[in-house]
Amino acid sequence: MLRLEHLSMTFAPGTPNQKKALDGVSLHLAPGDFATIVGSNGAGKSTLFGAIAGSFIPDEGRVVLDGRDVTFLPEYKRSRQIGRLFQDPMRGTAPHMTIEENMALAFLRTAKAQNAFFSRITAAERKAFQEQLARLEMGLEDRMAQPVGLLSGGQRQALTLLMATLVTPKLLLLDEHTAALDPATAQKVLELTRRIVAERRITCLMITHNLHSALELGSRTLMMDGGRIVLDLAGEERQGLTVQALLKRFYTGAGRALDNDRILLSGGGPAD
Amino acid sequence: MSSLFTLAILQSALELGFIYALVALALFLSYSVLGIADLSTDGCFVLGCAVGAGAALAGHPVLALFAAMAAGVCSGFITAFLQTKLGVESILAGIIVNTGLYTVNLAVMGFSSNLNLFKAPTIFAGAQQLLGGVLGSWYKLALAMLITLAAAGLLRVFLSTRLGLSIRATGDNADMVRASSINPAFTITVGLCVSGSLTALSGAVLAQYQKACDINLGTGMVTIALASLIIGESLLGKQKLGRRLLAAVLGSVIYRFVVAAALRLNLPAECLKLVSALIVAAAIAAPRAKQLAAMRRRRSLAQSGKGGEG
Repeated sequence: MLRLEHLSMTFAPGTPNQKKALDGVSLHLAPGDFATIVGSNGAGKSTLFGAIAGSFIPDEGRVVLDGRDVTFLPEYKRSRQIGRLFQDPMRGTAPHMTIEENMALAFLRTAKAQNAFFSRITAAERKAFQEQLARLEMGLEDRMAQPVGLLSGGQRQALTLLMATLVTPKLLLLDEHTAALDPATAQKVLELTRRIVAERRITCLMITHNLHSALELGSRTLMMDGGRIVLDLAGEERQGLTVQALLKRFYTGAGRALDNDRILLSGGGPAD
Repeated sequence: MSSLFTLAILQSALELGFIYALVALALFLSYSVLGIADLSTDGCFVLGCAVGAGAALAGHPVLALFAAMAAGVCSGFITAFLQTKLGVESILAGIIVNTGLYTVNLAVMGFSSNLNLFKAPTIFAGAQQLLGGVLGSWYKLALAMLITLAAAGLLRVFLSTRLGLSIRATGDNADMVRASSINPAFTITVGLCVSGSLTALSGAVLAQYQKACDINLGTGMVTIALASLIIGESLLGKQKLGRRLLAAVLGSVIYRFVVAAALRLNLPAECLKLVSALIVAAAIAAPRAKQLAAMRRRRSLAQSGKGGEG
């Protein structure tokens, strides 16, 4: 479904701040693959997502999505097939518009709707939105006429997830999408993620700083360091792996200890 | 009050209020919705005026409105093109277009700084024939209201279509628009085109209303329209879309009452621009001033409390 070929990206080349954020990253995801990504600070995880989603064009390499080379396709065109969630729950929704209007926008991603610029929200669509919202079990289905700005961060992130998958995307990119939420809400959004991704068999990449979820969720775990994928675990090799063992494997792969302050702070670090 | 406003003054204030309300609606779209201060508004208003006057002089008063709107779309498109494709800052893009429009407007007016329409057929003359018998001298107001309320209604419907929703989201959260596979450059362009068409329509209606077009008619139009928007918002609040559109229209009408009152009190007409500038500056500065005042109060309270202890 997704094939990355030798992606490289250097930021601020020729200046003292020069940074090689991606160093020849290659990756292949089969349809329905759900891979988690962990790595040090500045390992290039978010940069990798930026290159896949089209926030910038990489210096070298190709991005192939479902057999189509999208390396030079602008971000807004790629987003028809790629859903993306950020850590900041405010980024995915328009605060001064109602829940219903936000969902209607997300629904625009369908190919057919491109010709329906002047169509308005129909009663059938409103009902469908309502049913989808009810599945979040957050009571949002009764608040469809309220501005999204009134929702909590967790509710907004759940809504963003729903919007990103309202039209099943070919690829879902989750960039620490639960990191800014309180633990209980984070757990709920994570559970929701697991359910939606499994039900629709969405090909998914998830960056996380929680090593437990990195091993528990999905079918594959990637570790990044210095702009490269240093470890790619799947199948039996991944099954039954403990956090401790994972960190050891990282050390062997990267030649140094995993250094990510958020991992250390979340209690998933070498101390436990 | 009755001595302040004669019926004739009331009538003309209402008429002008509804005509200029179209510019307030245009700025609602560009400023309140998209968050762009479109400084080409002044020039665009005169463009509409000039094109509308030209078409009316050629004997097509109704066509004049559509021609003016088309001209406004072009002006909006160029402003949008400069900022979305060529990376010119939005304020600068407006200023550049505004400067260029001065020459264009003169050219449309045949390089004369004013045109008069005394011999041309106007939509208002048409309305008088049609409605004058029933409405007496109110036919002008009826027509101005009809045009403005129709424009407001269409804008209301437009902003709830998918394209309209995308335009609103662009001003609210551009990231999210990109993620919904819509190009923000496209939505900004459409928004400014619609906004330009409304501004130009206002100019065209005004030209026929006062049977004249002057190259300097648009000076300060942005500020006046902003003042109208702010007056309306402070009265009706920032709530639902339809209400906010009506607020813009109401604000424009109230602004014209303020102007009429000022003129009636023998304030020279030249002072009005300063008055509207003050209204806008004061209204935009109000929340910040309130904040500062509250902080100062807290500080002086804290200090006096400390003095009591010592």
